Amino acid sequence: MSKFNLQVNGRSHEVDVVPETPLLWVLRDNLDMVGTKFGCGIGQCGACTVHLDGNPARACQTPVASAASSKITTIEGLSGDGSHPLQRAWCEIDVAQCGYCQAGQIMTAAALLSQNPSPTDQDIDDAMGGNLCRCATYLRIRAAIHRAAELAQAGKEIRA
Amino acid sequence: MSPVAHTPIDRRSFLRLTAMAGGGLVLGHYVLPSAGAEGAAPAAEKVNGLFIPNVFIRIAPDGAVTIFSARPEVGQGIKTSLPMVVAEELGADWKSVTVVSGQLDPAFGPQFAGGSMSTPMSYAEMRRMGATARTMLVQAAASAWSVPPGECVASAGAVVHTPTGRRLGFGELVARASALPVPDEGSVVLKDPRDFSLMGTRVGGVDNPRVVTGQPLFGIDQRRPGMVYAVFQASPVWGARPLSANLDHVKALPGVRDAFIIDRTVPAGQLTGLVPGVAIVAESTWAAFSARAELKVTWEEGRFAKSSWDDFARQAGELAAASPDSPSIAEARRDGDVDKALAASARVVEASYSYPFISHANLEPQNCLVHVQGDRAEVWAPTQNPDGARKIAAEVLGIPPEHVQVTITRIGGGFGRRLDSDPVAQCAAIAQKAGVPVKLVWDRTDDLQHDHYRPGGFHFLKGAIDAQGRLSAWRSHHVSFGSNMGADDYPARFVPNYLLLTSVLENGVPQGPWRAPGSNTYAWVTCCFLDELAHAAARDPVEFNLALLGDRDLVTGTGRKGRPYNAARMRNVVRQVAEKSGWGKPLPRGSGMGLGYYFSHQGYIAEVAEVTVSRSGDLRVDRVVAAVDVGSQIVNLSGAENQVQGSISDGLSAAWRQELDIRQGRVVQSNFNEYPMLRMPDAPRKIEIHFVKTDYPPTGLGEPALPPLAPAVYNAIFAATGKRVRQLPISRTDLSWS
Repeated sequence: MSKFNLQVNGRSHEVDVVPETPLLWVLRDNLDMVGTKFGCGIGQCGACTVHLDGNPARACQTPVASAASSKITTIEGLSGDGSHPLQRAWCEIDVAQCGYCQAGQIMTAAALLSQNPSPTDQDIDDAMGGNLCRCATYLRIRAAIHRAAELAQAGKEIRA
Repeated sequence: MSPVAHTPIDRRSFLRLTAMAGGGLVLGHYVLPSAGAEGAAPAAEKVNGLFIPNVFIRIAPDGAVTIFSARPEVGQGIKTSLPMVVAEELGADWKSVTVVSGQLDPAFGPQFAGGSMSTPMSYAEMRRMGATARTMLVQAAASAWSVPPGECVASAGAVVHTPTGRRLGFGELVARASALPVPDEGSVVLKDPRDFSLMGTRVGGVDNPRVVTGQPLFGIDQRRPGMVYAVFQASPVWGARPLSANLDHVKALPGVRDAFIIDRTVPAGQLTGLVPGVAIVAESTWAAFSARAELKVTWEEGRFAKSSWDDFARQAGELAAASPDSPSIAEARRDGDVDKALAASARVVEASYSYPFISHANLEPQNCLVHVQGDRAEVWAPTQNPDGARKIAAEVLGIPPEHVQVTITRIGGGFGRRLDSDPVAQCAAIAQKAGVPVKLVWDRTDDLQHDHYRPGGFHFLKGAIDAQGRLSAWRSHHVSFGSNMGADDYPARFVPNYLLLTSVLENGVPQGPWRAPGSNTYAWVTCCFLDELAHAAARDPVEFNLALLGDRDLVTGTGRKGRPYNAARMRNVVRQVAEKSGWGKPLPRGSGMGLGYYFSHQGYIAEVAEVTVSRSGDLRVDRVVAAVDVGSQIVNLSGAENQVQGSISDGLSAAWRQELDIRQGRVVQSNFNEYPMLRMPDAPRKIEIHFVKTDYPPTGLGEPALPPLAPAVYNAIFAATGKRVRQLPISRTDLSWS
């Protein structure tokens, strides 16, 4: 067991775990942040997507030791209050069926929009191909990303 | 502990209502029963100043309306749609409605989610629940104003006296309504559907805000104080027993609390409940997973240890070649004289179709949380079948079912898998030994290798076209793994000379319902072979199939399934989909359209797929058009469209690449890298849905839009390339053309 200081959603957390423990299980079991989901354990489904220093990462493939130096953002910390344009768009388009994959989808999409504020269908397909949706809500996910891009743009215009 | 954890749970006459709140906290509330045993009209209950006309509705003095959702939410949207039905009849303002999941409780009536049955079973009842409450609120307002109730209407959370415009909010009527007797269900007047204002609109899922912020809604998210984490290693070979394991080594690993063999099968002799295996109990999920990697078990593998898919296919071929008099072949239906019609026909088409076992692959792996205390147990489970979960937990624990309390969590995908409660049984057995709350989590390999699979199958077909280009005979031999086509399954009853033979291969593969069971493969076989016959007859497939559907409207059943087939509804959706899809429009070589249509789960659905296949054989589904007849009323337009879109994409996912191989009595594939599911770039580029309203009671949409998709795509591939593919999945076949 080793102690790690993790920066998660802007807060500091100390955990005492085996260094190889995937960040996924530290979030879920130690920190009780269960929005990050377990789907496959081998980085194939994307349900566990979080951000490390703003970049999307598979928490199931990230040993906690290697995340200790990064700023970790999970779905719980994406906006804090559900007001991120993607969260609003997801509700507006009514994307979810079972909803299990959607936190991972949103985290991947958030990284996309931060790099590319106005993605094309092709950009979205390229970015989202690693995230499985077993209910196959793909058309709505794509629509919601476009909608979130619009909402974000409108938000910028209002602020400007 | 929840505030109610130690309250006796076998009192029959109460309703416990549970909200899954932030942090996994479970809030319990009791509502005293409506005591109707003496035959007097029961008064509406007044608990903490609430108006509680029945188990599904509570109205607070501030006007807040709480509606209970009793059916498990698996992604089919039932937690939003059935409360919408209640709210519509009630005249509630949807914005002031909070929907809360109910626990398993007999007061709610049937609580399973399966067979697309929730809507047809509960629609009328939910209307009555809402209408009963609305009738009482109207009476309360009418008596407050001393006017006839007939002059009052309930709408947007208030009762309005129409002649004067006076208005009383539901909250203001709570005290008065609570004092009124609950009217007899039969006496309440339902709304005229023309006055519906909520149903048929697009309403977002009630849990959406919690889904997009990662709240602990799902079974796997549940947690109890003092909880430990468990894994369960069942034999990769189905039906095997553990003889020994390196338990001492495993128990000494970091974070491991216990490891032990469970050598029981519950129910006895079945593969879909508790099966023998080895449990590891640890202080974290990762400790349990890590310890499991070092677990070594010696198994007694049993009589199916040699079974393989290749051998099943060989046996099926032998059965197809055997005499129909063979004891391995049963006759399920015989109409007319198939042999004579085949001999007399202008053209005979012969084909064999086959499909593999596939997995549900719910994205939320199977899991359960159980706390056993003495002769009582609490279960938190993502189950489609909470009553089944209660019963199997009770049987495993040797306690009465009423001593098991089941909390139904949101479910990360059902698809039929979670009608079976094997993870509940395993977790109960482990928790009984552990004595503390135990959360069992399967990993993806457990999930793929211990599923209850969509069965594979083999169909050997002959069809005859007569001199007039009509389908004159259909001979089919279905070789299955347990469940065969029924005597009334289409196109039985529509072909004058019809013979259905069936055989079953002996096997030990656990099987279970997978979205639109039976139909999900029979539609593919049937509609693809019909397409072959249409082309053999040199007729347009839409025209050929409409002719086959004939001119009768209701075709009654005669066989064991006995369900009438409404050919008029089916012709209607086939015509609609042809029109909306632009059927027959010229397309370049490499592109094509195909038709699939099927009656399942009480829905009549036709789909046209438009695909493009590149010369090198890459498939793209450009468009799918669906015409959907599920009766008179779409409850939630957004949810209904989501189900059809999802069924179409899920159907494509299954048809394109999903396939499990079986060797040495076990499934070969172990994770998504070996079991590819549809991803966004391969999803249909466009899905167009046309709901066709008919004068029949509303039915469900969890399943029936899936079966027509696979044949629509296969027939489109034929139209595009001239390649007739007769095996699932598509990825088995090289589609390149020149």
